[in-house]
Amino acid sequence: MKFGVVVFPGSNCDSDAYHVLRDVIGADCEYVWHESRDLSGFDALVLPGGFSYGDYLRCGALARFSPVMDSVYKFVDEGKLVIGICNGFQILLEAGLLPGAMLPNDVLEFRCQWVNLKVENTSTPFTNLYKPGEVIRVPIAHGEGNYYAEPEVLDELERAGRIVFRYVDAYGNPTREANPNGAARNIAGIINEKGNVLGLMPHPERCSESLLGGEDGRRVFLSMIKSLETGAFLSK
Amino acid sequence: MKFKGTVTVWLKESIFDPQGAAVKGSLAAMGFKEVENVRIGKNIVITLEAESPEAAKDLLDSMARKLLANPVTESYRVYVEEEKAGAQR
Repeated sequence: MKFGVVVFPGSNCDSDAYHVLRDVIGADCEYVWHESRDLSGFDALVLPGGFSYGDYLRCGALARFSPVMDSVYKFVDEGKLVIGICNGFQILLEAGLLPGAMLPNDVLEFRCQWVNLKVENTSTPFTNLYKPGEVIRVPIAHGEGNYYAEPEVLDELERAGRIVFRYVDAYGNPTREANPNGAARNIAGIINEKGNVLGLMPHPERCSESLLGGEDGRRVFLSMIKSLETGAFLSK
Repeated sequence: MKFKGTVTVWLKESIFDPQGAAVKGSLAAMGFKEVENVRIGKNIVITLEAESPEAAKDLLDSMARKLLANPVTESYRVYVEEEKAGAQR
């Protein structure tokens, strides 16, 4: 089983993701340059955080037209796993692989802090090692994480259990105060209809070792490995 | 023929624009009580070669739909004018 971490010009969480996968978890992992079109041999991809193309025009808008993205569409079609973290989530939205769009944080500030997240769906290939309704602590760092979609799209996401992570208080309540950026319905992460593409603003790769203040993020990657190993997801 | 196209992109009216709201607040504090609404957007200016103004507009419209604006959150408008000879830098 092999992970690929896509490197766009301006990605800056690529090394973090690579480090967690290879050094902390011990998975086979390689960088994938954004000009590459060859994703053969990979079972899962990470679109990392950062500022691809300097966030010019809109976050993720230019990365979406990188050569590698044509292959990412095929990769997703084949049912392989893709996780987009922060800027990676923005790229997935711009690419239309997930619905909706990001607006600037309603507070007009870049937010860099720890947040509480509720794991709303534990039957995805990215969350199968969490307990239903578990509240975890994960850091965020973004200026544009104010998730927006039309009300009917939000309703459909709710109905289908596609809201995977929500900003909550310490007791698991999605309050206004717990929402760091104004995201619709406190949405921090969503999954596609097929269930193999996850996008989230918080950074699980920054909290996968106790040395960095928390380990709650590690199970995202371990869940992916488990679902790939058991074929639980691919067999669907 | 050479044209200068301007694509103006701004947040849809139905979406709260925090930058516009902040500027509106400052204008009000300065005494501009007449201000009812402020929206902040961006202008993308593109010089291009096309057969006619209509063809230039079609091209710019296609660019706006595919890249310059995000249809989920943004509206856009396209203006085209002929680039005057000698006006190019």
